[in-house]
Amino acid sequence: MKFDLQKWINEGRLKSPWVVHFNCGSCNGCDIEILDCLTPVHDVERFGIINVGNPKQADVLLVSGTVNHRNKTALKNIYDQMQHPKAVIAIGSCGLSGGIFYDAYNVVGGVDKVIPVDVYVPGCPPKPEQIIDAVLVALGKLKASLEKSDEAPGQETAPAAGEQPAA
Amino acid sequence: MIVKLFFGIVGLAVAPFLGGLIAGLDRKITARMQSRFGPPVLQPFYDVFKLLGKTPSAVNAWLVLCSYLALMGSALAVFLFFYQADLLLIFFVMTISAVFQVMGALSVNSPFSQVGAQRELLQMLAYEPLIIIVFIGIALKTGSFSIEVIYAQQAPLLYSMPLLFLTLGVALTIKLRKSPFDISASHHGHQEIVRGVLTEYTGPQLAMLEVAHWLDVVLILGLCSLFWATSLLGMIVLLLVTYFLEILVDNISARLTWQWMLERALASGIILSVVNLLWLYALK
Repeated sequence: MKFDLQKWINEGRLKSPWVVHFNCGSCNGCDIEILDCLTPVHDVERFGIINVGNPKQADVLLVSGTVNHRNKTALKNIYDQMQHPKAVIAIGSCGLSGGIFYDAYNVVGGVDKVIPVDVYVPGCPPKPEQIIDAVLVALGKLKASLEKSDEAPGQETAPAAGEQPAA
Repeated sequence: MIVKLFFGIVGLAVAPFLGGLIAGLDRKITARMQSRFGPPVLQPFYDVFKLLGKTPSAVNAWLVLCSYLALMGSALAVFLFFYQADLLLIFFVMTISAVFQVMGALSVNSPFSQVGAQRELLQMLAYEPLIIIVFIGIALKTGSFSIEVIYAQQAPLLYSMPLLFLTLGVALTIKLRKSPFDISASHHGHQEIVRGVLTEYTGPQLAMLEVAHWLDVVLILGLCSLFWATSLLGMIVLLLVTYFLEILVDNISARLTWQWMLERALASGIILSVVNLLWLYALK
């Protein structure tokens, strides 16, 4: 039997998604739901999910809130600091489209105006179950892209149009 | 000689698996104590493999060099332990690992990394004297610093030096990064000044430091095993009880300040061990 390091690395990528959370001026409703996932009731650690503080150590970026002209550079900066492979999840109505602030003068719009988004989680705020599900959907997409990149190594697959997790 | 070399190499080969398994069980038991389901037992291995596969993005070359040297220091210390070498030599090699970890963290400008590194140095200031006092006590009792001689003792050392074992337990808590002493960098999913001394280590470098930590845990548990060298069963029971108590203390105590750690860990450890040393001296 041959020891296949790449196989083990791919296995690890699917079983240990470390998340970093960025709040683009959300009302804190979504943020409370995100933190709710970390409580013993939902216990995301059973999926290997850990909340880390440094984007360079994270695999999944959770963004909540409306992107505006002041924080879009910060959001782009955080995304650029994350190492490949990585996934982005936009959380809540504001993160999807700008929400009720969509036509305010300072608002850019949804998160996908600035960085590519893999999974969209609708809701105001979404349920913690939906957020956990979104991370798992993002892992599913990651798995598909890993299988594709195994066939054609060196090519990063561009994120496709967003997928909505089952509510 | 050949047999000792064989033990050293086999021990070094088994230690990372053992250390990772201990870390996984630790996380599982901790989760159950907090009425959570907890991650799979193999979770630490998944984490390390994932980190190995991340694109490297070290800020400078020092970080990379220091993570390699820290891993090598830990590996060499574990090898020397299973090789049944001299305790003092193991002590000095063990220090190399921690020092390079701190040097790497100090080579970047991040304030979190800097503060974490300073705290790691304070932790070393607290646990290193305790470990050396324990070694002195062992040498006073057995007349040798050699592990080979200590393992050949007739009666368990725990009977004659229980307080020194408690002192080693305090040092173990600091080295394992467990509450109340997890001030420089916390383990599991806990955060302290982002990730403390580990903040700027990313991807493969972080994976190497994680493995180095597993090796450190195996080494310290090995040092605990010196206290019950007469039977394998007794040794295993002692290690299981010790580690379970560490997890229990971790879960029932809060993280405290470095001043508190220096005062309490150092003072209680030195008082306990001096009492034990006087007792040993009086019995002689």
